[in-house]
Amino acid sequence: MSEPADEATPGPDSGDDHEAKPGAIEQAAAFVGQVIRDRLGADAQRLDRLISFAGRRLAGDFEVDPFGFDAELTENVLMPMLRPLYRHWFRVDVRGVSNIPDSGAALVVANHSGTIPLDSLMTQLAVHDEHPESRHLRTLGATLVFQLPVVSDLARKGGSTLACADDVQALLGDGQVVGVWPEGFKGIGKPFSQRYQLQRFGRGGFVSAALRARAPIIPCSIVGAEEIYPMIANAGYLARVLGLPYVPITPTFPWLGPLGAIPLPSKWVIEFGEPIRTDEYDAEAADDPMVVFELTDQVRDTIQGTLHELLELRGPAFG
Amino acid sequence: MVVGVARHLGARLAERLSTDAAVDRVIGVDMVRPADGIGEAEFASADIRTSDIGRVIERTRPDTVVHMNILATRSDAGGRSPQKEINVIGTMQLLAACQRSDSVCKLVVKSSTTVYGAGPNAPALFTEDMVPGTVARGGYEKDASEVEGYVRGFSRRRPDIDVTILRLANVVGPTIRTALSEYFLLPVVPIALGRDPRFQLVHEQDCLDVLRHATLGDYPGIFNVAGPDFLVLSQALRRAGRMVLPLPTLGTPLVGGLMRRTGLADMDSAQVRFLTYGRGVDTTRMREQLQFEPAFGTVAAFDDFVQARAGCGWLGPERIRSAERGLRDLLSAPAGREESVS
Repeated sequence: MSEPADEATPGPDSGDDHEAKPGAIEQAAAFVGQVIRDRLGADAQRLDRLISFAGRRLAGDFEVDPFGFDAELTENVLMPMLRPLYRHWFRVDVRGVSNIPDSGAALVVANHSGTIPLDSLMTQLAVHDEHPESRHLRTLGATLVFQLPVVSDLARKGGSTLACADDVQALLGDGQVVGVWPEGFKGIGKPFSQRYQLQRFGRGGFVSAALRARAPIIPCSIVGAEEIYPMIANAGYLARVLGLPYVPITPTFPWLGPLGAIPLPSKWVIEFGEPIRTDEYDAEAADDPMVVFELTDQVRDTIQGTLHELLELRGPAFG
Repeated sequence: MVVGVARHLGARLAERLSTDAAVDRVIGVDMVRPADGIGEAEFASADIRTSDIGRVIERTRPDTVVHMNILATRSDAGGRSPQKEINVIGTMQLLAACQRSDSVCKLVVKSSTTVYGAGPNAPALFTEDMVPGTVARGGYEKDASEVEGYVRGFSRRRPDIDVTILRLANVVGPTIRTALSEYFLLPVVPIALGRDPRFQLVHEQDCLDVLRHATLGDYPGIFNVAGPDFLVLSQALRRAGRMVLPLPTLGTPLVGGLMRRTGLADMDSAQVRFLTYGRGVDTTRMREQLQFEPAFGTVAAFDDFVQARAGCGWLGPERIRSAERGLRDLLSAPAGREESVS
């Protein structure tokens, strides 16, 4: 421990100093600190913040909400890790972010694609980075997400929760922006040949939830995620053995091994559409299948229509 | 009448009620005399698994029965089958005795949030109306939901008796010892790799307060009782200054058996699931209908427990803080300008 201090202590009589005075270590430390500070220059303040952040994390001095969402970790660790992918790899263009209210509940409903649900992560980042209030999009995940170790942990810390009626109700009741991908595995695991064709929107549970909470539904169309891992086939047998919904075979996976896990750098556009109001319906509408199916179809058609427009607007996928 | 006074919380509740001016007479029932006294409460020896309990109720004619004899850990009972017998048969006998009695007009059951189970498909927050047992699968979870099933049956048969079920989150505090509190005190704490379950706690003081509140007041129904805030396991262990040992799973016979045989921890399947998936309960009804506000939140309860019991492991928050200060002093300008800016 004292070796580097010895080296750093200035002056010819540093050895004696070290033996004689206990102040020598402090002196040496101050010198080392000086050197590091000079090297870092203006970054000292950032470093300071980093140290107190690390200290807080290590001392367990932080808060999680009832869903396990850790805002500090999400903003300081998870989002900065994804941001390069968002900015430089997918070059995400965000349109209509002002359709998300500045406060209060809203339900963002989006199309799902890309074999691996990067689209939900990118949407989460889009809402946080582009929205003036830097709101956190609370996404809903399938049971599988919460079965897997590590993934389940990160999902909860990042603000996801299980896609079930009770959790949506609780989040919307709390005034959060909730993101849902009603196609689920049908959307994310569809073959490349069916790209940008919306799959079935489940039972419309998300519409009931929005009606109950009287939260606006914001249709969200995501272009670009279809091309990141073009799925040309599904190893169905392997998927059954592993208990997974699908095992993708893409032009790069599994042929290139871990390299195949790198998403292709497609150009992304995320558009948040006009909010669909739900507060004009009466209280029983949530249990009226006609209303629910009508609204579900309206949302689905809006997203499908916008997808075609955006595709034309974007041009070539890797341009 | 408090049933289950040989254990810590039962004894403390009996003691507390016995000094309460609103209560004339307190009878503590259990198989063995409580080790640390129950204050001025009378002790009646009865095995809850037999009709003894009926005779005690007939003799003493209580108007309120507090059932606290549901054991969460098998080591308390001396094995899984006595545990199940005490929990299930014991509750049945007690309810049978109450049903026949003409003096009993209120029943308070100390249940647990374990009835909800824990798992990947569990909602983030359980409310009281969610059917217990949908996620619960075995062991103590099953006991707890069976016990509640019998209690519900009982309240159908005797609608004139007010039944309050308190589903308490895990109780911690400076004195109580539970499977979970001892788990937090392991020198090296095994955790499930890649999992960070969130959970709520109740301070032992709040636990006694809410039981007293429900015993003396009039609050029929089912209530979750837990601190409103949450901890995640990693955070709790950091606050306690524990080292962690991530294991692929806590549930394998190898890991579980090794921990039990070495006397480190006795975790049953319910606890393993709890420590893998975590659990959260909604406490709105506790505040609004039960009109109870815990004095300690989850974090406060845990810190109180750590301060009294853990004595801060050698990686405790104080060490981290002093290391942080040291590093900051080292790196900040001599005048400490950065520090004052931030």
